[in-house]
Amino acid sequence: MSNFLAMGGYGFYVWMSYGVTALAIVAELLALRARHRAATRAFVHDRNESPTP
Amino acid sequence: MNLYRYSSPAAFYPIAGRLAPWFGWSAGLLAAIGLWIGFAKAPTDFQQGEAYRIIFIHVPAAWMSMFIYMVMAFWGAMALAFNTRLSAMMAQALAPTGALMTFIALWTGAFWGRPTWGTYWAWDARMTSELILLFLYFGVIALRNAIDDDRRADRACSVLALVGAVNVPIIYFSVQWWNTLHQGSSISLTAAPKMATIMLSGMLVMALAAWFYTVAVALVRVRCIMRERQRGARQLGPTTVVPGLA
Repeated sequence: MSNFLAMGGYGFYVWMSYGVTALAIVAELLALRARHRAATRAFVHDRNESPTP
Repeated sequence: MNLYRYSSPAAFYPIAGRLAPWFGWSAGLLAAIGLWIGFAKAPTDFQQGEAYRIIFIHVPAAWMSMFIYMVMAFWGAMALAFNTRLSAMMAQALAPTGALMTFIALWTGAFWGRPTWGTYWAWDARMTSELILLFLYFGVIALRNAIDDDRRADRACSVLALVGAVNVPIIYFSVQWWNTLHQGSSISLTAAPKMATIMLSGMLVMALAAWFYTVAVALVRVRCIMRERQRGARQLGPTTVVPGLA
């Protein structure tokens, strides 16, 4: 396992690449979820405020 | 089946919602397979040792950064030519993910360049043009945020996306046009790939995963945009007249 993490001495470079990529993707997904929730909340709020006949 | 029907946001909204999870789960599955090939199956490189394994995210992210820009410019052109709202919304939905892919390409490139070339960064033709691509994405996003009127923002962003598209062939051909640090491409459409089949297949599976991911995220984002615009249109409807301005 520690052999795998060491990546033949290149562990720092390999895991900085993969780690930051994973973080960036998770950040985008979280931001998107927050945006989706806010948009849905506002949509439902508007619909309840002014019901269309 | 009339496909033009789906160019209306109202018709596309539920379809995007139904398709997004399929693309998302496919992306996750493909990424798992790609990483398994990349770390468990692909052998150590005889020159670069294990450092080369960065290729499995670097090249797919770099491809997607250019591809997303071209798709964004295409939707921008459609929006300008046919004045279709959905095209502009698709362009808007792609910009953040394009910026993300560009960032990943630059970041992983830096951490690959350090052990292999001895530097994180150089003002090399490809790296510089890729950095310009990142600024173009930021520019499109910032321009959108600076204009309140959605339709005007659509036109302005479409023009900027189209003008910036000239940078994409520059990135792609930069390794041929200028003899600077970044090496030429390892694979091309016209010649046999200059890498082992197992490494190539890992890279292609990861590229497919990045593509599926992008489609999934863009579909969810375009749904958010539709709802946000619908709300904006209601708030700025014909009944809201600012006194003294009429």
